[in-house]
Amino acid sequence: MSETKQDDALSPLGDTTGEFQLALEESGTGNYLLRLYVSGMTPNSIRAIENIRQICAEHLEGRYQLEIIDIYRQPIFAKEGQIVAAPTLVKELPPPLRKFIGDLSQTERILLGLDIRTKR
Amino acid sequence: MAETTINETPVLEILQKCPTGIKGLDEITGGGLPLGRPALVCGGTGCGKTLLAMEFLVRGATEYDEPGVFISFEEKSEELTKNFASLGFDLNDLAARGKLLLDYVHIERSEIEETGEYDLEGLFIRMGYAMDSIGAKRVAIDTIETLFSGFSNEVILRSELRRLFRFLKDKGVTAVITGEQGERTLTRFGLEEYVADCVIFLSHQVANQIATRRLRIVKYRGSTHGTNEYPFLLDEQGFSVMPISSIGLDHSAPTDRVSTGIPRLDSMLEGKGYYRGSSVLVTGSAGTGKSSLAAHFVDAACRRGQRCLYFAFEESRNQIIRNMRSIGLDLGQWVDKGVLEFRNSRPTLYGLEMHLVVMHRAIEEFRPAIVVIDPISNLLSAASEMEVKSMLSRLIDYLKMKEITAFCSALTVGGGEGGRTEEGMSSLMDSWILLQSLEGAGERNRSLYILKSRGMRHSNQVREFCLTDNGAKLQDVYVGSGGVLAGAGRIAQEAREKAEALERSQEIECKQRDLERKKALVEARIAALRIGFDSEEDELERAISRGKLHREVVTQDTLAMGRAREADATPPPEGNAPVSGKRERR
Repeated sequence: MSETKQDDALSPLGDTTGEFQLALEESGTGNYLLRLYVSGMTPNSIRAIENIRQICAEHLEGRYQLEIIDIYRQPIFAKEGQIVAAPTLVKELPPPLRKFIGDLSQTERILLGLDIRTKR
Repeated sequence: MAETTINETPVLEILQKCPTGIKGLDEITGGGLPLGRPALVCGGTGCGKTLLAMEFLVRGATEYDEPGVFISFEEKSEELTKNFASLGFDLNDLAARGKLLLDYVHIERSEIEETGEYDLEGLFIRMGYAMDSIGAKRVAIDTIETLFSGFSNEVILRSELRRLFRFLKDKGVTAVITGEQGERTLTRFGLEEYVADCVIFLSHQVANQIATRRLRIVKYRGSTHGTNEYPFLLDEQGFSVMPISSIGLDHSAPTDRVSTGIPRLDSMLEGKGYYRGSSVLVTGSAGTGKSSLAAHFVDAACRRGQRCLYFAFEESRNQIIRNMRSIGLDLGQWVDKGVLEFRNSRPTLYGLEMHLVVMHRAIEEFRPAIVVIDPISNLLSAASEMEVKSMLSRLIDYLKMKEITAFCSALTVGGGEGGRTEEGMSSLMDSWILLQSLEGAGERNRSLYILKSRGMRHSNQVREFCLTDNGAKLQDVYVGSGGVLAGAGRIAQEAREKAEALERSQEIECKQRDLERKKALVEARIAALRIGFDSEEDELERAISRGKLHREVVTQDTLAMGRAREADATPPPEGNAPVSGKRERR
């Protein structure tokens, strides 16, 4: 099933991902669901937000959804997202799930990890 | 909240302690873990770290009303719940009542990509959130070292760990952090450098194929603590540590007595039996009746309504009951009534220390007045002599402290005195009864004597110890020129004596009859003589009277003649008259 998802990225996903699938279908913005968990406005947080925005703008234009969550304000998300380090970027979709920790300054590694093939 | 303070160290700020509620641990730590600080529990795989951490929380929640948070890096919440259900801890129930919160922190190296500067704020927030949501007073983290496998930047990790422990201190929670044992260090990643207040080390050693779990307090800053290795037990009731260092010699000494169950043995002990709370040792070679003596003691105690705990290392419960029935003791009824309980185990089942722990716990649970250990010497097979001695002294001290009468039997090899067992134990025991086999005349007989009995004037006599259908009986042995005789020898000797006595009495009777006869004979003779004499006397008297009569007649005749002749001569004087009178009668 996971193969299907990867091959046919825009098609509806399996039931397992329930909500996200619906969200994706409705928004129609693309197949990348990214969540960035930050802990308040620390220098690391600010850098991470800037970096991910830049990466998304450059490589995932029009096919991503980015949520930024402040776990200080919403600590429950830290538990649900199994967050240990901050900042953490979670690639919820497409599978497999990946986590990027740190200020996201190492763009190359992130692109590799996000499986973005088309590099410019 | 039960806080214990200790006064040993003259510091201004007395270290406050948080009782763990774990059996024995609070005793050796002098009240518990340092309150509001993290403590490190380290040890090898499967030594019980997680269990200790969890029990700390569960006891806190159930006994001290202190909610706790369990941060698990290794097992998922469901797994933990399942694992601890077998120990009787209902984690779901505690969680539902807001007493316990399980948080599983999932760290998967393959999912994580490090892309620059980071910190572990996520973990802090989660922990902080979890603690705040139930107002946690206790925290357990199991095992934080998993972080080292999930993150590669050790510099960040170490600084974050330091921050974590500060964070826990600031939160004022008492925390138990577990750590895996390292090769040369206490923990693989040196957690001990962060947790400096209290370090507890758990080990699981195997010696002579017997595994023993032990606990040691490596460090406890600002507090005195037991420094030994203490064995502990993990079982369906959780964790129990045995504070086995000798408790001291200040136990009370009751003066009342308990019957031995054998009247004549009681009478050998001033007619009252053993002192309550004393320790009794019965030694003897195989088959001398040690267990029977124990059974009598137990039976008598149960009859009085005292609870007895019987540790049997040789026989099963049913076997003991069956065997004792053969000497007329029904121990089964006491088991049914709940005053007697058997704990049977093989000595090699676990190490000596473990036996001690198990016995301790059984005693704590059952609260007996009398404890029987049958036989104590079998424990030797589980350990060295020195260990046995130290274990026994701790056990005896413990029993004395509880004023429990201890009855221990010990098997001696060869039947002589001063076997290996006794050397180690005799000084610990208050009363020592020796059962021996007396061999002679082609048979073996049991004998009993009291080698010592502290604080009472006991009999110095050897008694024959007979096992009859109606229980054990003590009999006087035959002591005489032929030495000490027992059994058939004694019976034969008694019969011989009886025969001799009979013979003697018959002889006396015979002589008496002889005497009677002689007496009768003499008397008969006397009677015959008297009869002869009487007839002779009669005859003589008749002759005399005849003579007298004759003389009178003559006198009369003479007088008549004189008168007739008118003679002037007077008759002879009257003095002869009686004689002549008598003659006259003749």
